[in-house]
Amino acid sequence: MTMTELLHISNGSCVNVAKIPLLSYDCFRAVTLELLDVKTRHCACYFAYPCGEGLRLVMCIADDGQGDIIVYACDAQKGEVLLSAAAQCLALERFEREIHENWGLEFEGHPWYKPVRDFLPGKYEFFQMEGEELHEVGVGPVHAGVIEPGHFRFICNGEDVLHLEIQLGWQHRGIEKLMLEKKRLIERVLLSEGIAGDTSVSHSSAFATVWESLCGFRPGREVLWARTLAAELERLANHTGDLGAICGDVAYQLGAAVYGRLRTPIVNFSQRWCGNRLGKGNVRPFYSPYAFTEELKTQLLSDLAAYERDFLQMSDKILYFPSVLSRLDRTGVVSLEQAEEIGAVGMAAKCAGVERDIRSSHPYAAYPSLNVRPVVKTAGDVLARTELRIDEVKQSLGIIRALLEDMPSFGRQENFDGSPMADSFAISLVEGWRGEICHIAITAPDGSLIAYKIKDPSFHNWMALALAVRGNEISDFPICNKSFNLSYCAHDL
Amino acid sequence: MFKSIKIFLSQGKQFIPDVRKAKAPGVFRGRPVISTESVDQQEFASVCPSGAIATTPVSIDLGKCLFCGECERCFPQKVHFTDDTHMATNVRERLIVREGEDKPIEVDKNAVRPEIRRIFRNSLKLRQVSAGGDGSCEAELNATGNVQFDLGRFGVEFVASPRHADGVLITGPISSNMAGALELTYEACPEPRIVVLDGTDAISGGIYSGSPDLDRSFLDNHQVDLYIPGNPAHPLTVINGILDLTR
Repeated sequence: MTMTELLHISNGSCVNVAKIPLLSYDCFRAVTLELLDVKTRHCACYFAYPCGEGLRLVMCIADDGQGDIIVYACDAQKGEVLLSAAAQCLALERFEREIHENWGLEFEGHPWYKPVRDFLPGKYEFFQMEGEELHEVGVGPVHAGVIEPGHFRFICNGEDVLHLEIQLGWQHRGIEKLMLEKKRLIERVLLSEGIAGDTSVSHSSAFATVWESLCGFRPGREVLWARTLAAELERLANHTGDLGAICGDVAYQLGAAVYGRLRTPIVNFSQRWCGNRLGKGNVRPFYSPYAFTEELKTQLLSDLAAYERDFLQMSDKILYFPSVLSRLDRTGVVSLEQAEEIGAVGMAAKCAGVERDIRSSHPYAAYPSLNVRPVVKTAGDVLARTELRIDEVKQSLGIIRALLEDMPSFGRQENFDGSPMADSFAISLVEGWRGEICHIAITAPDGSLIAYKIKDPSFHNWMALALAVRGNEISDFPICNKSFNLSYCAHDL
Repeated sequence: MFKSIKIFLSQGKQFIPDVRKAKAPGVFRGRPVISTESVDQQEFASVCPSGAIATTPVSIDLGKCLFCGECERCFPQKVHFTDDTHMATNVRERLIVREGEDKPIEVDKNAVRPEIRRIFRNSLKLRQVSAGGDGSCEAELNATGNVQFDLGRFGVEFVASPRHADGVLITGPISSNMAGALELTYEACPEPRIVVLDGTDAISGGIYSGSPDLDRSFLDNHQVDLYIPGNPAHPLTVINGILDLTR
């Protein structure tokens, strides 16, 4: 099997299922390991869906160098035992566990067969280490702050963390199943908005792109423009809120208060535009429900000017403030090797020196003309993730202003009444503020959905957090956790 | 030092002086008003993704409504979402808005347990439990604590331990995996304790209603003291709801 025989498709495209090459599992595994040996490629998604009597495994590998996505598949029988690819390539380990959990396939030689979401709370046995000096600390699922549930089990030697095991799945509410069961488009749109409330714009944009592509519909320029603007506002709001939370976790009250209140004008602008502070309702397939007017443009420009002045003043302060820096610098390091090995995406990858940003490698919506260059840091520590946010905020301000200079007109809403094509496979990659989001839909011969796969960047990056805290004091865990701010609900689905 | 003072001074006054009267800026999809205009009721009800619309008479149940605005988009003459953020109540029935009605949704003072007003009037500490939602209500709850909304000025706070709490505030549709932890957290709160449901997902399950991965039996066994609708609930809805309940 050579590279040219595999299917290369562009981001946001739709192909007939028959065009996806079907390999034997041995070949599928060998090709996967060979492809992922190149550092500019990573696994965007690997999943299974029921096909005939058995199952079909689908691999989607994003090639940052070529700007395309390599797709191939393999048939398997229920309960079949396959040789694990994760044993050689750690980036695949959670995907294999998910396939095992959802469909019962066995992966022989998998390094750690622990549950992804499906477990009995209180019954699951955590990884243990023997040693008189060691002790365990269990935290969660209910945490001290107003945050989502997850269980963290630390194995410590004194104050030092030797190992962290993260057990997720508490937020599992069955979104992928509901996507197939609920037949109306508006129901599915709302499900996509609820994958992660803080990323509702990016996830619903990925859904809209997949759906439009399945229907053979090309949205107008104003639709793509509005999605891009909404996504950049989402990035601004979340990065700002996170900077406040990072300051809060190192007990720097001025930073926590200032960044905390700076998030407000951004989310309030979102509400002025679409009636919801988190951008819910702003993205719909085929059209843009809320026109962007000249008044909104004037409002946004003045909001951003006031925001930028205060944001820069505050950011200038924290980056030179010794008592903040001493908590951030060299805390929670993810090395370049680790980030590459686990297939990290988004902030977790960019802060460790991996140049991986879908807006630049696989541009979509209005990004092709914006020429976004990824912000990359090399230290891989909490400070790098803080600086990355500050720099991405500055970058987003530039992107938003460039968009506003080239504002399209919002005419009448189109009433498109098409339905998905038969036997089709559609994929959309979107760079949310956390990183790469991937949505995939597959239709049956009658055009109905038979598979809907959602992957949030957190699915890759939770492992980065587990690695980052090793060797750190356990008291630094909150700041490490907040510096990634990974999603529980979008992982648990 | 001088830099810090400069930053401090340049913030000016950020707090909202009167949260009881404050309005959400711009457009906000809050309490809907349904006109008496005659429409095909079945067709009107069928546009709702979460089954919040009932017929004869036409009504919208804000405990199920996801505030997506789809009904207003399809039937602009029939329904309009106003910018009224005051939507929380202690009586489930009061979340149902009927056609022709345009009255505020209020807490029924007579139905509030007397100990709530006696004990929690000036100090209410809540333990928040996130149970299967999308994290958006948590984001807005955190916003209630920022310098603008400043919920703390009323003696209302979210605390780390249920042992320090006067009750639980639940977000999310209550996933099966969280059902046990929710019960344990509630049991760990000393009595008297209250139960608050924050957001449409918590009140009815929202878009996830009927999913086999939910376990909402907690609500069969415990009385709910406050329903706060929204997707997510706006900080002003949360703050005014809690104040209406306790004061």
